[in-house]
Amino acid sequence: MQELIARAKELLANGTVARVLGWKAGDLPYNPEPAYFEKEEDFKDFVYNGFCGANLSKYMIEATKLEGKTLVCLKPCDTYSFNQLIMEHRVDREKAYIIGVGCKGKLDIEKIKKQGIKGIQSISGAEITDDAETLTINTLYGDKTIPYADGMLERCHVCKGKEHKIYDEIIGESKDTKDADRFDEVSRIESMKPEEKFAFFQKELSKCIRCNACRNACPACSCRKCVFDSNKFDSSQKANVDSFEEKMFHIIRAFHVAGRCTDCGECSRVCPQGIPLHLFNRKFIKDIDEFYGEFQAGEDITVKGPLTSFTFEDVEPSVVAERG
Amino acid sequence: MYKIAKENLPALFQRIAEGQDLILPISNGGQVNYGVWTEDADVDIETLKSVKSPKDAFFPQSENLYTCVREGKKLQITPEELQQKDFVVFGMKACDIQGVEVLDKVFLSEPVDTFYAARRQHGTIVAMACHEPEETCFCKVFGIDAAEPKADVATWLIDGELCWKPLTEKGETLTKAVADLLSDDAAADAKVENEKSAIRAIIDKLPYSDLSLEGWNGDALTEKFNSPVWEELYKPCLACGTCTFVCPTCQCYDIKDYDTGHGVQRYRCWDSCMYSDFTMMAHGNNRNSQMQRFRQRFMHKLVYFPANNDGMYSCVGCGRCVEKCPSALNIVKVIKAFQNQGGENA
Amino acid sequence: MSIEANEEFRPKIVAFCCNWCSYAGADLAGSSRLAYPADVKIIRVPCSCRVNPMFILRAFEKGADGVIMCGCHPGDCHYSTGNYYARRRMTLLFSMLDYIGVENGRTRVEWVSAAEGVKFSTTMNEFVEKIHSLGKNVRLGDLRCRN
Repeated sequence: MQELIARAKELLANGTVARVLGWKAGDLPYNPEPAYFEKEEDFKDFVYNGFCGANLSKYMIEATKLEGKTLVCLKPCDTYSFNQLIMEHRVDREKAYIIGVGCKGKLDIEKIKKQGIKGIQSISGAEITDDAETLTINTLYGDKTIPYADGMLERCHVCKGKEHKIYDEIIGESKDTKDADRFDEVSRIESMKPEEKFAFFQKELSKCIRCNACRNACPACSCRKCVFDSNKFDSSQKANVDSFEEKMFHIIRAFHVAGRCTDCGECSRVCPQGIPLHLFNRKFIKDIDEFYGEFQAGEDITVKGPLTSFTFEDVEPSVVAERG
Repeated sequence: MYKIAKENLPALFQRIAEGQDLILPISNGGQVNYGVWTEDADVDIETLKSVKSPKDAFFPQSENLYTCVREGKKLQITPEELQQKDFVVFGMKACDIQGVEVLDKVFLSEPVDTFYAARRQHGTIVAMACHEPEETCFCKVFGIDAAEPKADVATWLIDGELCWKPLTEKGETLTKAVADLLSDDAAADAKVENEKSAIRAIIDKLPYSDLSLEGWNGDALTEKFNSPVWEELYKPCLACGTCTFVCPTCQCYDIKDYDTGHGVQRYRCWDSCMYSDFTMMAHGNNRNSQMQRFRQRFMHKLVYFPANNDGMYSCVGCGRCVEKCPSALNIVKVIKAFQNQGGENA
Repeated sequence: MSIEANEEFRPKIVAFCCNWCSYAGADLAGSSRLAYPADVKIIRVPCSCRVNPMFILRAFEKGADGVIMCGCHPGDCHYSTGNYYARRRMTLLFSMLDYIGVENGRTRVEWVSAAEGVKFSTTMNEFVEKIHSLGKNVRLGDLRCRN
């Protein structure tokens, strides 16, 4: 982290960048927030640790409209989102200075708390530099120790790899934390009977409070005005009036990012109700892979997206029924 | 003081639910939220905080106001009926109850909101003291005592027993209805006193308990409103409505029409000041930047509301927004930011 | 608007037909006096590519029991390539609906040219029969539109 701060200060001082987009230490051991740093003294609060899960690519949509270059700290998986935004002309590459920051998997405070840990006073082992495999959590109700991997976000268990896809320089080491297959859960649901599938999604989506956090945190959801925010549209974006509304919202949300979703996992990370929203996105990714060939959004900006291209020999929609 | 063993709680719930609705924390898909009790519901009274506050029981996220049905050239309008059935909300915490007091100020002052008033009239609140408060709690800052909730019935869950103390007439009525399941125990008083002091001791140790609200009151309007601090603070905000929808006191709502194809249903639903269409009018929107909308939320809680309600804040320190904000922004950070800037702006 | 208990189930079916082929195909079916059930409500769209996934969901929301989309045969699109895009979209959408538990028989895509009046009528007959066997759509609709 010190190396990162020193480099950021240097680039700020020599005028290469006008601001730095990183994370500011929170008032609890686990709540750093995305923040801009414009002066040297601001850096006293700069932090980069296991709780810096936010994908800052989303903030770059606005940041690259500002005067001067913005230095942005991107983790390996965030760079896919940034690439995708370049493809969609949502960010200006010329106005970004990308420092690829090291990552050894990000932590999920909800998941940690679910293990019966509460009254947290301090956490050690979350720093990015140390190799500790365990988190030591000091709480009002005693000290707890858990393996680092047990506190990791779901998306980190299906890590896309430690490679940054776009950067100006890289600071810090990354680790591939993959220990599961990202399509396992999707396949499990696919093999269910229709009524079981329906019951599963009904249960999960009944928790939805229509807060729109999944949409607003998503780097692919970059429409200036969302269709769900239109006042000419009689499905409200904020009312959970009928179970249909939630289904419609989540299907359309996932469909609109189909072929553009890099599977960064922000939607599931931010959901206050812990709905596994990635299951929608990954279903589309899995289908695209099966029907139209393997495709990873944001990996290569010269390749056309699967929904903006076609071949004459594409499968017919009846394949869905035939597959059973 | 009455008591009931924890393993007998299902029987208690069953009894309460005879003839009235029972709303209590239910675990569904790994998350605890208040919901209507059924025999197969997975009741969870151990988890300190439900994701959504229990304000839904009195002020649901969406509710119908009236329905119009068109048949031929006839138009039939049916207003929605007011709550007529009694119900019990079980397990509300001291902060949630203070949240209801805040809602009372809004909905029970003239003109009275009849939908809300009917629910308040028919609802009985059984409160539970907070056994193990968490680091995100800061109810003490608002003078709320988590160890001794003020409701119709107060309860404490101690060592596998629920101690039960009716506080109001409604509470007495409910206690009578379930009397044969409860046992009278004079010794429970001492246990409860011990529990209360244990809770208060923990609360004193919580990181947010010494937060100062100095300078936040109705008189601070222009100074706070025009502060440059907002410009810095709002930046990480993603403009989602999480903080407002999990909040026990947020009371803004929107009224919308839904076209059913054969008529219209007019309903109201919670609104969020974080949304771009908040208070949208024919001429457009009077808060057109996210900074303004962000400022609105905190000014409302800490300045406008106390100005109109004898100094009562419309934040109760439940800490839900602290836990749930996707960008880790929250009201505590806002209060602290102004503290740190105090010298510069004075 | 209520359906009496003993009344026979009449499904509501929405058919999105492209202006250049399928709508003309429906026309031909009509002028050739080929019968297909009146349960099918046709919505004319300029091209199958115009059909937004939201249209399909909207139809279900408002009470459709089945939705079918018809367009020009691949290669024959009036706008050259519209139906190729539509094909990919609908494949993914139908797969998603299947995934959340909506029976896959309720959605269908058929390519019908302006000369295929017979195909149009047989397709619609088949589809209506299929929806009859599946019964009322209870999984994907807005309750408020029911009564």
